[in-house]
Amino acid sequence: MKAQGTIIRVIGPVIAAGGMRGSRMYELVRVGSEQLIGEIIGLEKDVATIQVYEETSGITPGEPVIGTGMPLSVELAPGLLGTIYDGIQRPLLGLEEKSGFYIQRGIQVPPLDRSALWDFTPEVVRGDHVVAGDIIGSVPETGTLTHKILVPPGMEGTVREITGKGAYRIDDTIATIETRGEKRAIRMLQYWPVRRARPFATKLEPTIPLITGQRIIDTFFPIAKGGTAAVPGPFGSGKTVVQQQLAKWVDADIIVYVGCGERGNEMADVLREFPRLEDPLTGEPLMKRTVLIANTSNMPVAAREASVYTGITIAEYYRDMGYDVALMADSTSRWAEAMREISGRLEEMPGEEGYPAYLASRLAAFYERAGRITTLGTEGRTGSLSIIGAVSPPGGDFSEPVTQNTLRIVKVFWALDAELAYKRHFPAIDWLESYSLYSDQVRGWWHEHAGEKWDEIRDSMMARLQKESELEEIVQLVGADVLPENDKRVLLIAEIIRESFLMQHAFHRVDTYCRPEKQYAMMRVILAFEDQARTALERGAGTDAIGALPVRTRMARLGTIPDDNFDDECRAVCEEMRTQFGSLGAPGQEGGEEP
Amino acid sequence: MISKNREYSTITKVSGPLIVVSEIEDVAYGEVASITMPSGERRLGQVLEARQSLAVVQVFGGTRDLDTAATSVRFTGKTLTTPVSEEMLGRVLNGLGHPIDGGDPVIPETVRDIHGYTINPHSRDFPRDFIETGISTIDTMNTLVRGQKLPIFSGAGLPHNMLAAQITRQARVPGKEEDFAVVFAAMGITHEEANFFIRDFRDTGAFDRTLLFLNLADDPVIERFVTPRIALTAAEYLAFDKDMHVLVILTDMTNYCEALREIAAAREEVPGRRGYPGYMYTDLASLYERAGRVKGKPGSITQIPILTMPDDDITHPIPDLTGYITEGQIVLSRELHRKGIYPPIDVLPCLSRLMQGGIGPERTREDHQDVNNQLYSAYAQGKKLQSLVAVVGEEGLSRSDLTFLTFSDRFEREFIHQGAKIGRSIDESLDAAWRLLAILPEPELKRIDPELIARYHPDHRRETDA
Repeated sequence: MKAQGTIIRVIGPVIAAGGMRGSRMYELVRVGSEQLIGEIIGLEKDVATIQVYEETSGITPGEPVIGTGMPLSVELAPGLLGTIYDGIQRPLLGLEEKSGFYIQRGIQVPPLDRSALWDFTPEVVRGDHVVAGDIIGSVPETGTLTHKILVPPGMEGTVREITGKGAYRIDDTIATIETRGEKRAIRMLQYWPVRRARPFATKLEPTIPLITGQRIIDTFFPIAKGGTAAVPGPFGSGKTVVQQQLAKWVDADIIVYVGCGERGNEMADVLREFPRLEDPLTGEPLMKRTVLIANTSNMPVAAREASVYTGITIAEYYRDMGYDVALMADSTSRWAEAMREISGRLEEMPGEEGYPAYLASRLAAFYERAGRITTLGTEGRTGSLSIIGAVSPPGGDFSEPVTQNTLRIVKVFWALDAELAYKRHFPAIDWLESYSLYSDQVRGWWHEHAGEKWDEIRDSMMARLQKESELEEIVQLVGADVLPENDKRVLLIAEIIRESFLMQHAFHRVDTYCRPEKQYAMMRVILAFEDQARTALERGAGTDAIGALPVRTRMARLGTIPDDNFDDECRAVCEEMRTQFGSLGAPGQEGGEEP
Repeated sequence: MISKNREYSTITKVSGPLIVVSEIEDVAYGEVASITMPSGERRLGQVLEARQSLAVVQVFGGTRDLDTAATSVRFTGKTLTTPVSEEMLGRVLNGLGHPIDGGDPVIPETVRDIHGYTINPHSRDFPRDFIETGISTIDTMNTLVRGQKLPIFSGAGLPHNMLAAQITRQARVPGKEEDFAVVFAAMGITHEEANFFIRDFRDTGAFDRTLLFLNLADDPVIERFVTPRIALTAAEYLAFDKDMHVLVILTDMTNYCEALREIAAAREEVPGRRGYPGYMYTDLASLYERAGRVKGKPGSITQIPILTMPDDDITHPIPDLTGYITEGQIVLSRELHRKGIYPPIDVLPCLSRLMQGGIGPERTREDHQDVNNQLYSAYAQGKKLQSLVAVVGEEGLSRSDLTFLTFSDRFEREFIHQGAKIGRSIDESLDAAWRLLAILPEPELKRIDPELIARYHPDHRRETDA
């Protein structure tokens, strides 16, 4: 039943409407004479409380509210990739065509182009028995990605009709399925309510790393395909750059990037850059594997709340085709604040710092939609959905509710540190605070793809960094001079790890992405340096002299060497290292080897 | 919206800057009300909550002398608008947009909603035009570009006004002479401060290109909610209708946020952090996000909001939320100010997020990015050693460490410090940076491409010159 009522109260983005008996929670409604989009978020007798996804000034009590009988849903079909949407899936390009560079109120534009033709190839024949998740046919959506049209969840039966190979619109019926005497049409265009997770068959163990090309992440704090990660940090610590770097370089098939309460100019940057950058795996423009949801901070707050759900539903849809999907949400704090704002308008009992009491459960439910899974269907495919959420803690204080509730759920924590950012050490991921619970699970992959010593080298490097922070305290009190040579060596190696490995230049053409093999090779160079330093010390060379070796400058630049000459450069650096160490101790001897 | 005039004298409650009007009909959310006092004086108001028979109205100008018997409220059927025109340049208006310079009323070319509209992110043009402010620490290390919003985080008693005036005076885009305008919105600042700006604009001849909105410390607090919105509406008109490059200075945002808190408290809202309303982020964003450029329009809006951090605390909600919205920040330091360094810009916590697109070959210089990285890392290193020296003395440091100490000391005295009347071109600033970097042993310049070192390092330059 579709309810029809009238507005009785307007207060910012929240309105109350009377006469709404028969409407349901989270039902989509049309508000006022301009038919603004709203969603029911509370019901009491026949009064519905509604959050409105557009600016409400000028709305007058007495204007009508009409129920649609549908929950807030997204449209799913070929054509999503490369598109940029607002928080409730209105295409920004379409809005621009209708109302110019300012977004006017009450504009309706369908999310997907109804007139575009797509080359459909059927993959079932008449009489086939199909279940939910089975592939009916496929459409080449971009140069490299095949969009699979699936039997929608909840449907099962016998194929009665199926169209031939050809070009169709997303609205066209492409198949008819008969279930217990009832015939149902299947189109390419399907809908799914955003607040409900799409079903799958089973969850799998996350054992494959999601390679990001960022050294500190891949080597020290890896995220697995289907994993969850949080990036909290104060403003200016580089959250957005980290998120964008991941959106550019992770080895996923599809990226969904949700700019939730973001800066408009930063979204403009993404829009300028992504079409020009190439996917390192396919050579296609990055934009072609990306869906952007841009709900900037000055767009209506309720749509900001919805934007993460819109994003994750689209992500799940591609996951169900058997793809690896990564979702970046920047920033989940803005989403939580949107919840707080709406909750405040509803005069709900506040929890910690004014956030609603359901903050923790909403965050948990969101991150639980991640995972590596077997899809529905007769032959289940493997797909994954990884979630990387930025958190913007007020004042950089990680004890605040959004950070804390997020940390209880996610498995990877990349703590951004303002002090590192001030020194322009980027990515400003604090190696002592951060952690990853996937390290053990992805070890096998690294051994196979990079080298047997991966965890050994990695652990020894981390040990140096930890020892450095202990020694730093002593140095702060008494100076570095009093330290024994061995401790000085640790300090030196830690410094080299920081400047030659952890630091990575996001805006450098080459250094922006570092292959796993290259990461491994760079670690080995540092290891070689340490080995030779140890021998040199035993022969009586001083740490200061070792620290002054010119080869260090060349080591610090290894990240910027293109793949073509990287192996040569690596060898050359090792050669130079041996020569320089050799000239340190007893002259004429080869460095690094016992006499 | 119903646009008929409806007048009521049914005020049932007065609380702080708010009144509740009952027994009304068809009042819209956000509608403007005109309130007539018993004395005949008129004030403006705006509907904050609309119900079927009741409206909560915030009264600009405050509720003093208002009563519940004789005061009448007329709902105008309009949302808050302001007249705009090119003729406004060179005028001084109050916080609600009425002239206070003794001149004629502004003849509007058009009337605009002060809340503006959201710029479609898809229609935004990414800001890339380098603005040379003539201040080394900004141009070299925190580059400002056209369409950016870059706030100054200051503290009570620090020379933020002097700095803002200097930027206004010196800012130019090298190689271009274009139509520019300054829109200045004062919120709760003193007469003295306002006079400082007016005098400075007059002395430098910028006054004819400047539009001032003054809500001073003794003006009604509630008007502070409106002042920046009117100012930005005028700025949008000048930028996107009249194709000008507009620099908007908003000062002091701290006073604005205090006003926001006052209204929230009067409405008995659930408070967020430190009593500020939970929607302060959204509210500030609705101001700051009005900076930018749009595709196909030559004009731009660049914002420099100024705020004083209570107790110099950068984690206070006002600077904190601002920093999350703006594209970086310029932070002033009391320590440098005490050392007599002007402008006392503490470069380490400073940031310009849009710098990347505005610098480099053809925009500034090819060595800009690397020099900037090197300056930051060397100065951070020097600062760390400074605190170490305090404990262990200079004897505890290695020779290489000592060069970093010398570097950071001279960096503060020669690079950060430059005086209020001095503008340096970007070439001068970068060359000055190289002279300082030359103090360090060359292998320490790890952030700079060897080719650039060969080309720009003073030692090598001398070789090539010779």
